Amino acid sequence: MTDRPLKVLIAKPGLDGHDRGAKVLARGLRDEGFEVVYTGLRQTPEMIVTAALQEDVDVVGLSILSGAHMTLVPKVCALLRDRGMTDVLITAGGIIPDDDVPALKESGVAAVFGPGTTIAQVADFLRANARPRD
Amino acid sequence: MAASPGDRRLHASSGDEAAIAERANALCDAALAGDRRALARLLTAVENRTPIAEAALRRLYPLAGRAQLIGITGPPGAGKSTLVAALIAELRRAGRPVAVVAVDPSSPITGGAVLGDRVRMQAYAGDDGVFIRSMASRGHAGGLSSATSAAAAVFDAAGFDTVLIETVGTGQSEVEVAATADTTVVVEAPEMGDEIQAIKAGLLEVADLIVVNKGDRPGAHRTAGQLQAMLADTPREARPGRPAPKHPDVLVTTAATGEGVPELLVALDRHRAAARGSDGTATRAARAEAQIWAVLADRLHERARSIEAAPIAAALLGAVAAHELDPYAAADRLLELMAGGGASPSPVEESD
Repeated sequence: MTDRPLKVLIAKPGLDGHDRGAKVLARGLRDEGFEVVYTGLRQTPEMIVTAALQEDVDVVGLSILSGAHMTLVPKVCALLRDRGMTDVLITAGGIIPDDDVPALKESGVAAVFGPGTTIAQVADFLRANARPRD
Repeated sequence: MAASPGDRRLHASSGDEAAIAERANALCDAALAGDRRALARLLTAVENRTPIAEAALRRLYPLAGRAQLIGITGPPGAGKSTLVAALIAELRRAGRPVAVVAVDPSSPITGGAVLGDRVRMQAYAGDDGVFIRSMASRGHAGGLSSATSAAAAVFDAAGFDTVLIETVGTGQSEVEVAATADTTVVVEAPEMGDEIQAIKAGLLEVADLIVVNKGDRPGAHRTAGQLQAMLADTPREARPGRPAPKHPDVLVTTAATGEGVPELLVALDRHRAAARGSDGTATRAARAEAQIWAVLADRLHERARSIEAAPIAAALLGAVAAHELDPYAAADRLLELMAGGGASPSPVEESD
């Protein structure tokens, strides 16, 4: 159905206790009409991918401010691929230096949202790029 | 507004139908063989009420009916999600598979939702014996989503022996879960009200078990005692034409530490054993009735929405707004329209 809300997983990978941004985004996307599953803090890539699979989400959004994005983000991308979720849109946000963005995109991330990104920009990107489904 | 699956089938060619049946069968085959991604996809189809879901349920429904569906309900913040997490741990210790349907409310304004129940249930990433699915209520009142029963049936058919259904945080009268579950657990927190709250009609009347959670807080045992005292006055005999009154045990748990949870599982198993006998027949009949009525109401609602765009609907609405026509007469006209199929069909989507 075309009026079905998009389902988004907002996840905090790794040992990073800063979830203000993730919560603001979860709330903001709710107000944009998305169904947002929030995982809570300190998730392993396996936990995130299990949640994405069980919830059958359209989008996985990874919020990471710890500096470990070059390790954790490609791992989540690879695990999603391993488990057949090649049609799930992956985005990242938080504190990610511009220099790292090409490598993250190479690993499967569709977009990196840094500080200053508005909720509306994220929402528009997800609506435009999330998979069509049956 | 999208056309209902029923309407769509009228317009679909037989080729489409065959494709839908084939896709549904492929998903069912994979899900029944243990493919968790296929299971997740089926649940999405059920949630979105697609034609694939109806085809799949035709096949899966006869396989269901073996699991114990346990409804966990109660006010926001009483500890439902934490109690569900503690029950998962207890069931897994016994090697029993468990599925969870956790419902959170949708925004009545934007349709969006934050589904946060998983936060407390994350410790089972590598365990195929646990499957947790969050669902938004999507405008459905009563504490569940309209697809909750069907989702539970899918889990049941897929071999999950226990299905925990966590409602949205409920007030006093969201009792729908009792018609959905085999066993209804009402979770209360200490000091949530006095004896007058306990004798009010509603949620407590449908409980098979009452759990006072946060048992480490002062007042927990006093709250449990008050509830017990109130329940002692419940009549033993059913009045003619009414369901037998329930006599729930009152348990105290501290879900965060797991205290009292093994006793809760014992009580749940006892209720399950009782429900297998004649005790459960009336419950099962009531559940079938509730399910059929819910589907019927959904279908009628969709039909009603499909004629919403018809010019006559706008004319009727205008007439009622101007007090030229009363709302009852307008609703009757729309009902006639739906029954006669007189409205121009809504635009039907060719793809979904």
